[in-house]
Amino acid sequence: MDTRLEKIIKVLQEKASATYEEFRGEVHVFINAGQIVDALTFLRDEHQFSLLSVMTAVDYWPQDNPRFHVIYQLTSLTQNLSIQLRVPVNGNQLKVPTATRVFEVANWREREILDMFGIEFEGHPDPRRILMPEDWEGHPLRKDYPLGYEEPQFTFNFEEIDLRKPYAKE
Amino acid sequence: MGVEQKLGNMGVVTTTLETAVNWARTNAMWPMQFGLACCAIEMMSAQAATYDMSRFGMELMRPSPRQSDLMIVAGRVSRKMAPVLRRLYDQMPEPKWVIAMGDCASCGGVFNNYAIVQGVDEVVPVDVYVAGCPPRPEALIHGVVTLFEKVKGEKFEDFVKA
Repeated sequence: MDTRLEKIIKVLQEKASATYEEFRGEVHVFINAGQIVDALTFLRDEHQFSLLSVMTAVDYWPQDNPRFHVIYQLTSLTQNLSIQLRVPVNGNQLKVPTATRVFEVANWREREILDMFGIEFEGHPDPRRILMPEDWEGHPLRKDYPLGYEEPQFTFNFEEIDLRKPYAKE
Repeated sequence: MGVEQKLGNMGVVTTTLETAVNWARTNAMWPMQFGLACCAIEMMSAQAATYDMSRFGMELMRPSPRQSDLMIVAGRVSRKMAPVLRRLYDQMPEPKWVIAMGDCASCGGVFNNYAIVQGVDEVVPVDVYVAGCPPRPEALIHGVVTLFEKVKGEKFEDFVKA
């Protein structure tokens, strides 16, 4: 691990009681939901991590505690460093404070996570679905969401599927 | 021979009303630009210089549905886009036809999931399906010519839909 990253992680461990893992040069730092905004502000202001490259979430169903991890990948262009922050989110407590005040780009990323996983971000200025239609029920990228595919129509089952297909009227 | 014998070389042709109306409709059918995804590139190249669709009367592609006859649905239609597609189809004046270009518009294509409409005939009534992923410009032109043959076969009862 880079020496500059080690210093940063030491500070995070003291202030935010963070744990970290390292894998092949990539560093994942686990931070609680209550302290994530302060951690992001600290990294952006003090250590020039000015780019929020990636903000996604992962579903670890059937594990319930924590079920989701919200992942923030920060990049520093001046130092050529990148660090990954992970926020473990419980299965029945899906609220994380918003990062829009720290990074403007988090606005649409958080809408996408809300749409696909159902994790709500407190203080978000515009919380609505972004990829699916507004009246869609369910959160598609969760692991317990059905695949939603349609049975392919071959020649042997052509008529039965044809009766079930909703054709448009004129 | 009939009338032509008497009139001589006056430049008059007699035909049926259906033939005349269908000839007028096929020779200047204006498509509507509805390129959604990758098939739009092939639609553009079918309109461009090498595979010219202007030879078949489709001189320009109107972006407005009010001024077009033919809607070429080129690309995959997501569930969020389906009501928009239907609304644009309803805004086109009669007579109107629809070509479903490509696999995604015909049957959902490679995308067999919750977000893509499995075949655009769930939303609008389709006249001609063009297969391919994406179909070559020649295949699209073949689809257009097939549509012209279908239009030339339309009867008088179809014109007068009460």
